[in-house]
Amino acid sequence: MTPNLVQALVVGVLFGCGVILLLERSLSQVLIGVLLLSNGTNLLLLLGSRSGGAPIVGVTPEAEMSDPLAQAMVLTAVVITLGLTAFLLAMAYRSWQLTGHDEVRDDPEDRRIVRRAERRELAGPDDNAGEGPWPPSGGPVGTDPEQVDPEPAPRRLDDEAGRA
Amino acid sequence: MTYLVPLPVVVPLLGAALALVLARRRIAQRTTSVTALVVTLVVAGMLLWQAHWYGPLVMHVGGWPAPLGIVLVADQLAALMLVVSAAVTLCVLLYSIGEARTDPGERTPVVIYHPTYLVMTAGVTNAFLTGDLFNLFVGFEILLAASYVLLTLGGTQERIRAGATYVVVGLMSSLIFLVAVGLVYASTGTLNLAQLASRLDDLPAGLRLALHCVLLLAFAIKAAIFPLAAWLPDSYPTAPAPVTAVFAGLLTKVGIYAIIRTETLLFPDNRVGDLLLVLALLTMLVGILGAIAQSDIKRLLSFTLVSHIGYLLFGVALASGPALTAAIFYVVHHITVQTTLFLAAGLVDRRAGSTNLDRIGGLARVAPLLGVLFLVPALNLSGIPPFSGFLGKLGLFQAGVSVGGVLPWLLVVAGTATSLLTLYATTRVWSLAFWRPPRLADPEASARLPRLMVGATTVLVLLGVGLTVAAGPLFAVSAQAADDLRERAPYVRAVFPGGPP
Repeated sequence: MTPNLVQALVVGVLFGCGVILLLERSLSQVLIGVLLLSNGTNLLLLLGSRSGGAPIVGVTPEAEMSDPLAQAMVLTAVVITLGLTAFLLAMAYRSWQLTGHDEVRDDPEDRRIVRRAERRELAGPDDNAGEGPWPPSGGPVGTDPEQVDPEPAPRRLDDEAGRA
Repeated sequence: MTYLVPLPVVVPLLGAALALVLARRRIAQRTTSVTALVVTLVVAGMLLWQAHWYGPLVMHVGGWPAPLGIVLVADQLAALMLVVSAAVTLCVLLYSIGEARTDPGERTPVVIYHPTYLVMTAGVTNAFLTGDLFNLFVGFEILLAASYVLLTLGGTQERIRAGATYVVVGLMSSLIFLVAVGLVYASTGTLNLAQLASRLDDLPAGLRLALHCVLLLAFAIKAAIFPLAAWLPDSYPTAPAPVTAVFAGLLTKVGIYAIIRTETLLFPDNRVGDLLLVLALLTMLVGILGAIAQSDIKRLLSFTLVSHIGYLLFGVALASGPALTAAIFYVVHHITVQTTLFLAAGLVDRRAGSTNLDRIGGLARVAPLLGVLFLVPALNLSGIPPFSGFLGKLGLFQAGVSVGGVLPWLLVVAGTATSLLTLYATTRVWSLAFWRPPRLADPEASARLPRLMVGATTVLVLLGVGLTVAAGPLFAVSAQAADDLRERAPYVRAVFPGGPP
């Protein structure tokens, strides 16, 4: 039951490395991060339980038994992690099939903002300064504010062409 | 009657296995999954009846006595959530069958959709029923693993992109939950919720607070509470319409359910109440401001989903009897209405070829029934009287006012503002997509919507309206459930008739 410093340090290192890898863009690095984190968690579960001999009645005296529940939990967690790792690998592979890399791309919102910023740069630095992020309304469609949302920006979220 | 308790978990799981075996026979597969969910719904109704009139039902899985084995507990809150979730999943399943019948294999690959859907249902019901912290983790894993598959059905580029975020966030929250389970076990030596209730009381205050916060962190990610909600509006809209609908209705509510249990059964002293109130405020406002900026119906609805989680958290954080009552009522209302809206958005997508507000218009003239099917739940969501959204919000505001103080009053004001902004967001959808001169993104879209899809949506709309009619009894059940939650004793006594060991 006495906490073991080495084990605690190992948990800490696994968590730290896992978090750093999790912040990466590439799915395979994220996957390794998830694996490190889940192993750290499993170790943490063991760390919090009593250690000792095999928990079999008749083999080990009851006072010296290790806690079987924590081991059962770790086993369950290992199985779950295994399944989800396989799924994540499949996703990374599919992503590579579709795009040639396995990097997590920006969401449509981010891409929209990037596109807007690019357009404004092209239009010149002084253009609609102080008007917020919206490009100036008007043009061929912006005649009736009730009828048309005053945003001429192309909003096709599925449009991937602008992305390198 | 205790043999009923595991059925809501077992029946969908068996149904999933059968549905997988029958993968090549579509009609048999559909019959199987519909039957499984109908049985689940009936059993859930019986459980609610029993729990309401005769007290919580407890099942010791495998016959192991309570602290050793896992218990399944059907108290009023769990049974009520079961009934609502079973009804909603059944309607969504019928909707997706209607969708798959018209264009087989194109939007929903039939073969694995049904089994996965049933597994997800089993995960949700397991999370509601379980009386064991680790089993709650397993329930979450079942539903999350199934949801990963459902979200990335078909493996298109956009879904893989959104799925990557969703899966990694889901894995992360599961790991945090598992860490919390490990820490709770290390400090108390048990995982049985009823036993934890008394053992956690004996821990030092600092340790209690730490355990409380780790658990809340894990649940808050799943419930999509403000600083941890960014994954939701990005990932949900890319999935097929019925999948988005059922995710929006159920998955975040499972997180809220876990938070309710944490706040009432495990840590009833409400030490983080103020923090939760601030988070509720931010969730409401940030969510709805996000919704206003959207130009796609599905994304807009995802943001309103985040925003209305704030109301639920408001009720939970106040922790008074009326507040919990209103929160439970609001959960029921919100599951129904949010699912309905996503189904209606799916119908819009089908009829007009897009859900982008810039590309569609005039649907009220082209498809009047669709207009009604969207407008009624939209008004319901915004809290227009006499719909149930109004009743739920009114209950929450009354509870907030009766508690008094700066933060609750601030929450009442923010809640009113959010309600108005929700109305603004939904009427914007209405005036752009339904009211201006007709314009369809896909002019060749079939004018006739599949009858089963419309039927399932109509049933859910009526269910949402019916909540108003049944508001009295429903509030009574919620009030009793809230009383039981606040007392804690009924739950503990049900699991340990002779007192916790």
